[in-house]
Amino acid sequence: MSIDDQSIHAETFILNLGPQHPATHGVLRIKLTMDGEYIVDAEPVIGYGHRMHEKMGENRSYAKFLPNASRMDYVGALLNTHCHVAAVERLAGITVPERAEFIRVITAELNRVSSHLLWMGAFLVDLGAFTPLLYTFDDREDILDLLESITGSRLTYCYYRFGGVCNDIDDDFIAGTRSFIERMRSRMPMYHSLVTENIIFRKRCEGIGGVPAETCRRYGATGPVLRGSGVCYDVRRNEPYSVYPLFDFSVPVYPEGDCMARYRVRMDEIVESLRIVEQALERIPAGPVMAEKVPLILKPARGECYFNVEAARGSFGMRIVSDGLDAPYRLKVRSPCFSNFSLFRECVRGTLLADALAFLGSLDLVIPEIDR
Amino acid sequence: MKSDLRSYLKEIIGGSISLLTGMWITLRQSFRKPVTVSYPYRTLKLPERFRGHIELKADEQGWAKCVVCMACQKACPSFCIKVNGYKPAGMPRKVATIYILDFTTCSLCGLCVESCRFDALMFSREYNLASFRKEDYVMDMLERLRRRRICRP
Ligand code: SF4
Ligand code: SF4
Repeated sequence: MSIDDQSIHAETFILNLGPQHPATHGVLRIKLTMDGEYIVDAEPVIGYGHRMHEKMGENRSYAKFLPNASRMDYVGALLNTHCHVAAVERLAGITVPERAEFIRVITAELNRVSSHLLWMGAFLVDLGAFTPLLYTFDDREDILDLLESITGSRLTYCYYRFGGVCNDIDDDFIAGTRSFIERMRSRMPMYHSLVTENIIFRKRCEGIGGVPAETCRRYGATGPVLRGSGVCYDVRRNEPYSVYPLFDFSVPVYPEGDCMARYRVRMDEIVESLRIVEQALERIPAGPVMAEKVPLILKPARGECYFNVEAARGSFGMRIVSDGLDAPYRLKVRSPCFSNFSLFRECVRGTLLADALAFLGSLDLVIPEIDR
Repeated sequence: MKSDLRSYLKEIIGGSISLLTGMWITLRQSFRKPVTVSYPYRTLKLPERFRGHIELKADEQGWAKCVVCMACQKACPSFCIKVNGYKPAGMPRKVATIYILDFTTCSLCGLCVESCRFDALMFSREYNLASFRKEDYVMDMLERLRRRRICRP
């Protein structure tokens, strides 16, 4: 080691970001090796919120895992439970009535919008802007009210069942959703002039936190992170499930790979989700919302299946292996945040600490989903 | 050099306009009606399907409808329901003598209410449940029913 190296090493210091820090949105610790204001290395320490969800899935019957799925990514809970019920339905060969699938798509897309709104508010708080959070929460509140009126809960929904959904939607919900779509559409220009055009926001996002598409591929990053790096991959489009093929929607892609691109992808996704909801409300068929003859205690035949859905943060998948008993032999969750976060260490080297926080925010992490 | 200066000036002016636009939006918002209500003086109406903790239903004579079939106890993922009962002479069905809900572990999933084939369970509409003591959340459902003065002693 030369003298120069030593003097450089003498000047680095360790900075703990977290485990309790407002910018980590949960219990996440990042051990930063700093050279002044510049980051030399960032070592994520995860696992503070580990609750053994996968193991819990293996020692209880299929139905008893229903409330667990919504507690992994609690911001987009319906999307997770959609993955769980769809995986079990595929494994057990249950066909879901079409109306139930429509209801699932409507509620899941509303949940995606609420998740993106929450992300947007929290991300801007990370950047130091507090006001937009209040606007986004105002809009999000409407979605929560709508979902509460049919599911009974506001955050950790337990609404989907194997073979359908537990309650039908009513006319009030349909009317309320229609008026929410109108309202949300009219709010978008306001968000764009309040946030997107804002010079401070743009200076803090444009060209910051660049992630090349190749890096995304290597780490398996999906969702808005991947689409913000110019790769057009959306599970709803590439591996269609449920009734998504019936709807006309586009997949927003921005090639820049920076925080701004990820922000724009999410903003466009809100609009696209509203389009999907609108079409689904238009075309929803009448009929039952629950498949007939779903056994009370499910015992799928031996076998395994993998099902993934496009959750708010990327491709959320579940592999379930059945050995013919009433509880899964193995239940494995593929959570998008884990992959999206993995590339943080590589991409953040050499950047300023303040930019690293913007980058961290733009990944849209839900820590309990990483830890599970 | 000149174009540098021009783009620099353009950025300053455009940036200032963007900031003023943002402030204008915030200013306009200040004159709107607040979207919040001042709880606890005013409360919002709960939706029909609101899920509070579970509650026993009573039949016309005031007995708890529960027939102690244990379906809810078996369906609960968090093992928070304890039911027991006996069959009194002259009654066509069993009656519950113990119905305890441990609300500390309840996840409000609703599986118990759905599993009950006798329409004996419902969700309460109570949400003011703050307490410093854990024991306050281990609730005796029959006691609650009695307190509602519809159950026989
Ligand atoms: S399922 Fe209904 S009837 Fe059966 S024990 Fe529970 S409350 Fe009583
Ligand atoms: S709502 Fe779910 S967790 Fe709560 S008592 Fe009923 S079954 Fe158990």
